[in-house]
Amino acid sequence: MSEADTLTGEVPQEVRGWIGQKRYEQEGEFDVERGYIYTSCASVENGSPLFWDEKAANEITSGWIAPPSMISVWFRPHAFAPNRTGTAQPLQVHFDLKEKLDLPEAIMTDNTIVFRDPVRPGDRLRTWQVLRSVSEPKTTKLGTGRFWVIDVEYVNQKGESVGTESYTGFGYKRQT
Amino acid sequence: MERVLTIDQVKPGAELPELGYDVTATTVVLGALASRDWRPMHHDRDFAQIRNGTRDIFLNTPNQAAWFERYLTDWTGPYGRLGRMKFRMRDSVFPGDRMVFRGRVDAVHTDDAGCGWADVTVKLSVGDKLCTECTARIALPTAAGDNPWTRRGERWKPDAEVGTASARR
Repeated sequence: MSEADTLTGEVPQEVRGWIGQKRYEQEGEFDVERGYIYTSCASVENGSPLFWDEKAANEITSGWIAPPSMISVWFRPHAFAPNRTGTAQPLQVHFDLKEKLDLPEAIMTDNTIVFRDPVRPGDRLRTWQVLRSVSEPKTTKLGTGRFWVIDVEYVNQKGESVGTESYTGFGYKRQT
Repeated sequence: MERVLTIDQVKPGAELPELGYDVTATTVVLGALASRDWRPMHHDRDFAQIRNGTRDIFLNTPNQAAWFERYLTDWTGPYGRLGRMKFRMRDSVFPGDRMVFRGRVDAVHTDDAGCGWADVTVKLSVGDKLCTECTARIALPTAAGDNPWTRRGERWKPDAEVGTASARR
């Protein structure tokens, strides 16, 4: 794709076809577990008794839960896995858009999360991604590119929704 | 006995206690690793500068979500249950920055399922620079003995619009 197509032309038909489609449905590679919960809490010095005090967790949340804001953590692929070829990316639709629109750099600008049933250690979650929109070309202080919105749905092993995330990304070429 | 902040104790316009934190490279890297985010702009300064055009590595999105959750539940205590959170990142947070969280209650209401909600705006700033603005809806007990964490299905509506069915205070 030429630069003119990327930055002034229409969104390719293949990309338009992704809008509204459920893509990359997958099960988490491992069960929700407390080791990561401790690490997340430590990273922000979150001392809530829900994550550190079993008695409080039993009384208030009927057992251990994960911090709701960790919802996306359970799906980010590790940096290495045996037999994997290529680089596994979180939020694959975001990286597909970068490639198909020939926009080498990207950042996230907005993130909306709706939290439903609590996530608990031992849960095995499922997720999928839906591209909602791709903007016309825009120029910001970072460069020229396009904004896009991707929804990510999360359910537990019983099929119950545990949350939905919506990301706004901006893919761009740096100003030269 | 855990502290219980009930919805009747919260009024629109109320300010949340301020939280200040000195960010280091370890803050950024630990936050990225805790959220399984291996992308180099969160641990490799050369990459961040050359590829992203930023002055240093910077806090990643899911770790900012964790900071906002911690800030909000420091205020509510453990009975506070996050329903919805939206944030917009306007500028990045870098090692060497002192980030400051400030929050304000925008509205307090009870939905048609009887769940009490506080709508709060939280601003993450570095000096005079607003880096991220977060709007959150967090459920609080309506009275002693009420526990938002027991709500499920039709009794838990974190994404419902606030309308006439809600009693706004």
